[in-house]
Amino acid sequence: METTACIIDVAGLNFYYGKFQALKDISLQLEPRKITAFIGPSGCGKSTFLRTLNRMNDLIAGVRIDGKVMIDGRDIYAPDMDVVELRRRVGMVFQRPNPFPMSIFDNITYAPRMKGQHKGLDDLVERTLIKAALWDEAKDKLKASALSLSGGQQQRLCIARALAADPGILLMDEPCSALDPVSTLRIEDLMQSLKNEYTILIVTHNMQQAARVSDYTGFFLSGELIEFGDSNKIFTKPDDKRTEDYITGRFG
Amino acid sequence: MAIERSLTIDSIDVKKSRRSGRWSEWVIERVIQASGLLTIVFIVLIFVFLLKDSLPLFKTHSLTALLTGRDWYPISDPARFGLVPLLAGSLAVTLGSIVIAVPLGVAAAIYLAEVARPSIRESVKPVVEMLAAIPSVVFGFIGLLILAPYVKSLFDLPTGLTAMTGSIMLAFMALPTIISISEDAISAVPREYREASLALGATQWQTISRVMVPAALSGITAAVMLGIGRVIGETMTVLMVTGNAALIPHSITQPVRTMTATIAAEMGETVQYSEHYFALFSIGAVLFVITFAINFTADIVLHRFRRVGR
Amino acid sequence: MRPRGAGEWLAYGLLYLSIILVTLPVAAVLFIVISRGYSAISWEFLTAMPRMGMRAGGIFPAIMGTLLLVLGTVAIALPLGVMAAIYLSEYASRGRLNRLIHLAIVNLAGVPSVVYGLFGLGAFVLFLKLGVSLLAGCLTLALMILPVIITASEEALQAVPQSFREASLALGATRWKTIWNVVLPSALPGILTGAILGVGRAAGETAPILFTAAAFFLPRLPKSIFDQVMALPYHLYIIATQVPNISQSVQYGTALVLVGLVLLVNASAIVLRSYIRRRRSW
Repeated sequence: METTACIIDVAGLNFYYGKFQALKDISLQLEPRKITAFIGPSGCGKSTFLRTLNRMNDLIAGVRIDGKVMIDGRDIYAPDMDVVELRRRVGMVFQRPNPFPMSIFDNITYAPRMKGQHKGLDDLVERTLIKAALWDEAKDKLKASALSLSGGQQQRLCIARALAADPGILLMDEPCSALDPVSTLRIEDLMQSLKNEYTILIVTHNMQQAARVSDYTGFFLSGELIEFGDSNKIFTKPDDKRTEDYITGRFG
Repeated sequence: MAIERSLTIDSIDVKKSRRSGRWSEWVIERVIQASGLLTIVFIVLIFVFLLKDSLPLFKTHSLTALLTGRDWYPISDPARFGLVPLLAGSLAVTLGSIVIAVPLGVAAAIYLAEVARPSIRESVKPVVEMLAAIPSVVFGFIGLLILAPYVKSLFDLPTGLTAMTGSIMLAFMALPTIISISEDAISAVPREYREASLALGATQWQTISRVMVPAALSGITAAVMLGIGRVIGETMTVLMVTGNAALIPHSITQPVRTMTATIAAEMGETVQYSEHYFALFSIGAVLFVITFAINFTADIVLHRFRRVGR
Repeated sequence: MRPRGAGEWLAYGLLYLSIILVTLPVAAVLFIVISRGYSAISWEFLTAMPRMGMRAGGIFPAIMGTLLLVLGTVAIALPLGVMAAIYLSEYASRGRLNRLIHLAIVNLAGVPSVVYGLFGLGAFVLFLKLGVSLLAGCLTLALMILPVIITASEEALQAVPQSFREASLALGATRWKTIWNVVLPSALPGILTGAILGVGRAAGETAPILFTAAAFFLPRLPKSIFDQVMALPYHLYIIATQVPNISQSVQYGTALVLVGLVLLVNASAIVLRSYIRRRRSW
């Protein structure tokens, strides 16, 4: 399978919910096939930032955005940008596992079917489930309801479902916050194996997780990107005092 | 001593007043409890009274003759009470109205729940409530004076008072039920499903048709059933616009007579506690059983949907 | 929303069409009834007795009859319905009995109006020997609007935050005192909305009063609750189907009064409800 190199380039991004400014002048560039973690206290804007990248914020009434977000060299907020096309390139995994009330098979083939692909689905399901480390557990019950899986399995199914859309970028919005430690570790392992093919952005409130899985880390505070850089550096000797306070736990 | 006594008396007084307060509350609470149970009593009472005044019919006529008889001649001698033409009339009108109201109502519900801007939704919903509020006699009146002549000339019929005329008017009356309950069902589908589908690159229409509506399907089914229940029980509109010929219809452009219209039209002219009176009550009992079955099933479906659906 | 492809354009087109077709009948009924009925409306039409076999004069006894029926109906159904709602919301545990009562309410709401009419005839008119009377009609209509009032009241009661009840109970108030002094006042506007909706329903129904209360022609007001009454919806039915050679403007005028009354009542319920929603601070 061939994956295109994706580059995310954000410049001067401001985001408002009505009068409230949720993101303030965010700028950063991301390399392809790396894992980038975004950390910060609740309400700091990290999830909002993630959702600007596949324009999920469009669903909320009264939001306003300015600045530039380039993905694959295209301005995703340009008027001629096709949101549906964008979301096929930029997959997303949500905080709580949200499989559709359909069979495992139908969940995974959802995106290809929506694109009009109806051939080679069996093959695709097998490939994606193997990739998502769910094949052994699910191969005998592909026709069973996705809701019959455990929480951790459901989340891996949601990852598989996102991968089946053939994205280059995977956004993960606190994907482990509803899972037990064992399931969390499996997802983290999975991320490591996926990183060869995908550019992964993960929002997490768990700093150990960020340190364990990511190549780069960004720290958000009150809508500002305080510090962004190599994870090793951020977690050992951050430049900014506020970053240090947060990662050492001296923070509310 | 004196002080002590007055103290005891005081405390007894307090106890007494408290108790009398409690006592009146006890009564109020029992009354409240009774009125809660009264709803069950009422539904049972309705059925009991329908049975009480329909069972005497079976001294002279058999139940099979009632349910399978093809002639409704209540005032011939001997009278014949066959429900089949009336059942057929109710069925024809109901089917016709459902064919119109279901696609229209479900589409409107989808629009309101998933597509409409909040401002549009908030202005259309009261209109739907208004539609529900228009009295059935007014629909009958409009059907009689406006729609029937139109149907007559359009299809070149001897009369515009047909099953189809009734179906069209009844469709309007079933719409509010179908729309409001379907919309509730679609809105109750977890928001996560919509987000997941859109994030996978599905279009809004794909999200609606492949995820939201299938997830709400049992709720929509219940809505349709409740709409059917409403239509079967409708009286004044059909009485006024379906022509009231107690014949088994071969086409929707023929006049029909429904069970409800038969009761409404004939009860005023019967002798109390006559055979005809008992026969009309047995139609009522049949109607009650049909609508009870429909509403009961719809409610079970809705109840399960609400528990499992989210 | 951005449709993709002809199929989706068609789908959205049908959705829009459905909304037009759904809102159209309301506009059409209003337009027809107003444009053809307003010329009949006059002070005499509203306040005079019918003359010449209802072909001329006014519809005063029908209007008054409907008002009396509605008044009596609400007087019976409101206390009963509110008490039942209090039981369901405040006393009943979430068990089988509660479920059973809700099933009964749903089924009461689904009983055809003409079957209510039969029940009223069998139970009130004949069995209780009330005769065809205002009282029998009110009792029948009360039974019919009971589900409307219970459902709306229960919803209003359950919208009252639990913390209100806890605060009152913690201050040593009994359960009933809490309901009477704290819960009911907070739920009152919602209960009122339900009552108004019930009024609208009762005012427009014909079938339940057909054999229990309605008089074909009664050029006077009822003298007691055991007297028959004329009623607007029944009167409209009569002059639309049973009276030959009647002018259309009298028919449409009567329809206009009925539609105006019912829609006014319902509109006030809708306005009241949206007012409650906006004002609610909890």
